[in-house]
Amino acid sequence: MSTRSRLLTDPLVDANPVTLQMLGICSALAVTVTLDTALTMGIAMTAVLALSSLIISLVRRAIPAEVRLIVQITIIASLVMAIDQILQAYLFDISQRLSIFVSLIVTNCIILGRAEAFAMRNPPLASLLDGVGNGLGYLLVLALVGSVRELLGTGAVLGRPVLPTVAEGGWFEPLGFMALAPSAFILLGLLVWGVRLIRPAQVEPAEAGTSADQPSGGAS
Amino acid sequence: MTGIFLDAVLAENLALSFFLGMCTFLAVSRKLSTALGLGAAVIAVQVVTVPLNNLVHSYLLAPGAWGWLGLPDTDLRFLRLITFIGMIAATVQVAEMVIDRFFPRLYTALGLFLPLLTVNCAILGGSLFMADRQYDLGESIVYAAGTGVGWALALAALAAIRERLTYADVPEGLRGVGLAFVVTGLMSMGFSVFAGVAQ
Repeated sequence: MSTRSRLLTDPLVDANPVTLQMLGICSALAVTVTLDTALTMGIAMTAVLALSSLIISLVRRAIPAEVRLIVQITIIASLVMAIDQILQAYLFDISQRLSIFVSLIVTNCIILGRAEAFAMRNPPLASLLDGVGNGLGYLLVLALVGSVRELLGTGAVLGRPVLPTVAEGGWFEPLGFMALAPSAFILLGLLVWGVRLIRPAQVEPAEAGTSADQPSGGAS
Repeated sequence: MTGIFLDAVLAENLALSFFLGMCTFLAVSRKLSTALGLGAAVIAVQVVTVPLNNLVHSYLLAPGAWGWLGLPDTDLRFLRLITFIGMIAATVQVAEMVIDRFFPRLYTALGLFLPLLTVNCAILGGSLFMADRQYDLGESIVYAAGTGVGWALALAALAAIRERLTYADVPEGLRGVGLAFVVTGLMSMGFSVFAGVAQ
């Protein structure tokens, strides 16, 4: 595996921006009531992330260190405005359901985080790959949570019925809870747990200081 | 007015029902004392930026806002994102300088959190919701106070719960953030019971 392809594949599971680095959680939770909004948001996010990483990396030598945050935010905000206008033009219905969360891509910490940590120090092509990889890692988590919530909440996936609901003569009673905010928190918590069962290296050490009086801090 | 405030604090809590400001919410909720500091900073910045953005929105961006210049057909609402974020960044910067100059003790307590607030989506989200729901200036001040207080309340509650949970024996993979998510989910369920209190 060359380092270039690792840039693309690492953020999918091993360094996933959502489940490991805990970045960009606001939108990851809010837009996952149904799978189509989750996918739209994930794709919009990947596009913004890839382009912003590329552009910031291209101009990285011209940005003075003191004002770099403002320059980065301006670049990101312009891209987000463009995406928002495109969504309103071609996918009006979905863009209404995403409400303010498309605009909130600006303050999504994944984008600023990758800009600061990667794009400011690396050549354009590597930054583009890193941006796409992290975008896809985000998309993957959103798609997972979105499909579980839509399947259990309505018995359908992407609007197509999968489990026959009671209302249509089937056996499945839709779980209204899945459409509400708390289910997103709990599902994402369980997802983090699942990832850490497969990748034990990601388990957090027992919190230092407060647990000093316990016999052994944490057996990891 | 009371309705807007109570809704913003309880039933429509920005953190628990709109998931705003989650990154900071999870990162800064390990200790109650830091959580209170950040909560205070969020309330302060929110109360300043939302009314300011309200003025900008209704006098510069809204349809027909430039009528007095003989340009009745302008509609600059597509610029709202970039003006709001610029306004927030500028306010945070000014607040930092003012607090540093006149309240040095407060600065040492809050200083660390202030720059973080620029990218806290609870702040930007508050302004965007205000514009979406077309609040007037008075309503936007009340709404800003409500959302700020609600966010700080949720943060302080989670921090207090997590302090107690350090002694709990949880499965290894769930330790830390995983558990914080589940606890936040339960809190969110609790807060959703307040829906309708405002009427």
